[in-house]
Amino acid sequence: MSLLSVRNLRIELSTRAGVAPVIDDLSFDLAAGEAISFVGESGCGKSMTALGLMGLLPQGIGRIAGGSITFDGEELTTASEARLRALRGNDISMIFQEPMTSLNPVYTVGEQIAEVLREHQNLSRRAAWAMAAELLDAVRIPNASRRVSDYPFQMSGGQRQRVMIAMALACKPKILIADEPTTALDVTVQAQIFDLLRDLRRDIGSSIILITHDMGAVAEMADRVIVMYAGRKAELGPVDTIIERPRHPYTKGLISCVPHILSPLTDARADLTEVPGIVPPLGAFGADACLFASRCAHVTDQCTAARPKLQIFGSQHEAECWHAEEL
Amino acid sequence: MTLLSVTDLSVHFPVRRQGLLGPKQVLRAVDTVSFDLKAGETLAIVGESGSGKTTTALAVARLVNAAGGSVKLDGQEILGTEGEALRKLRSSVQFIFQDPYSSLNPRRRAEELVREPLDSLTDKSPAEKQEIVDDLFAAVGLRTEQQRLFPHQFSGGQRQRIGIARALATRPRLVICDEPVSALDVAVQAQILNLLRRLQDQFNLTYLFVSHDLGVVQHMSDTIAVMYMGRIVELADRMRLFNTPQHPYTAALLSAVPTVSKAARAAQKRILIPGDPPDPVNLPAGCRFANRCPLARDACRATEPTLTDTGGGHMAACHFPTETASLRAPAA
Repeated sequence: MSLLSVRNLRIELSTRAGVAPVIDDLSFDLAAGEAISFVGESGCGKSMTALGLMGLLPQGIGRIAGGSITFDGEELTTASEARLRALRGNDISMIFQEPMTSLNPVYTVGEQIAEVLREHQNLSRRAAWAMAAELLDAVRIPNASRRVSDYPFQMSGGQRQRVMIAMALACKPKILIADEPTTALDVTVQAQIFDLLRDLRRDIGSSIILITHDMGAVAEMADRVIVMYAGRKAELGPVDTIIERPRHPYTKGLISCVPHILSPLTDARADLTEVPGIVPPLGAFGADACLFASRCAHVTDQCTAARPKLQIFGSQHEAECWHAEEL
Repeated sequence: MTLLSVTDLSVHFPVRRQGLLGPKQVLRAVDTVSFDLKAGETLAIVGESGSGKTTTALAVARLVNAAGGSVKLDGQEILGTEGEALRKLRSSVQFIFQDPYSSLNPRRRAEELVREPLDSLTDKSPAEKQEIVDDLFAAVGLRTEQQRLFPHQFSGGQRQRIGIARALATRPRLVICDEPVSALDVAVQAQILNLLRRLQDQFNLTYLFVSHDLGVVQHMSDTIAVMYMGRIVELADRMRLFNTPQHPYTAALLSAVPTVSKAARAAQKRILIPGDPPDPVNLPAGCRFANRCPLARDACRATEPTLTDTGGGHMAACHFPTETASLRAPAA
């Protein structure tokens, strides 16, 4: 049985122009210990999915309008706020994109990690502090017992992200949601953070939900990938299968629009494949048509007439495109 | 023909570490950097944050003051130029900024933004200016009726197109692109990169391209300078740098880039460079990369290597450039 099961999830945002489905009929499963990745451009609903899972949708604006989220047999969409509080940080935790702004500047990093432990594990002040130092050591911050009394400003960006990871992992969560964890970091630091996440996943056995826009990161980190476009699941499947044979033109575009480093590099430099245009505005979400149609090279009348049905290839690969068969 | 020639360029920032009354120290953000850029070509400066790549670009554009060295555009010294001569010079060196959201004045219409360099740097007639603006809008892929709009009415990619049109307004010889696509979504990045290359052919532009993204640099440039802690550690043409890097830092950077290809991932060996760069104010003696370098030995900690030609114009600042290849070989 899967650890997390999302069925027909619909999340609505109220905007000035009306109510728009930022997540429209999303279903997926996450097995224990598995790493799954959400990719897509900004405004496609990747982060909203994460916030929805955590019960952290912006109050009064976003709400779960339908579907279910089952975690370990427990329904989360109807769970009480107190129950969600107990789950958050303990069983499901999250690493945010900006290590610079998501730590509190006026507390030492040790205090911030210890807070999680005292809240969720009822550790004493002293035990929590000792554990915080151990966690910093586990995320490979040198001199952890001394650095634990540092303030965030005394650390580099990579170290701050390690502190965030230490905090997220303090209670050995069953699911770790990482929302663009390395976007603000340099490539060599990114590689170190990925190594760390891989090792921790092996040691603790947490499942990972990685949110990113970088197909390279997906290939390095995840077992399966969900490509999101305009609030909908465009494609879902094993990473290697999808990279080798994407069935949705958007996935294809995401892979080929990035200049890759080939080895060996050749003299040829063809123009990059362009996906023209941009993600549609929120107001256009939810229409009964393929929302990618305006940017797609394979568009036909069928695409603008009705929302594509899910097409299934093999046991695990699915794409929401009328022409997936031919691609 | 060499258009831009930079010799021993340095930029220093005074910093006070211990409070207001603490001793003044000097941060050498750019430390004796030299490179040449041929007309019509692209030279990329890559490096991680704090390496001095943007500061180098700013110094070339005279947007920060250099502490020493020389920057020559077509044989004319840029660094000492002042007054009217500097104003003239500015029309031949233009800048494309990283963030299309904050680099456009929100209260100006798109046409005014693009026309502004013409207003302040040239004495063309209004009709001439309008014609140039019309042409530029077409060249960067914006519609004529969009000239009347304000920046907030454009998407990020379109705003960057305005930034590019503005940079090209005075027909500059040299265009400095500082991370022109890093604030954009991946699909939009491709649109802008293709546009920049198309414009380079069309207007015979020379680019000084600053980026941290090795994939983008690989695609855009003819020559690449890798910077680390204010110094160029490796300078070579595109093929040599990517296929046979000679500095261990370059090799480590290349190996850290995630790749989508399964075969490449299997063939690639990660070169680990643990730890953080040294304190830029108190640099160690010897090589600045020594504390993280897998090849470091006593000689590296004693004397700092200089950028030397290791053959065929491939420059590397390393005492043991031939050993870098052994780092990259897959484990047997």
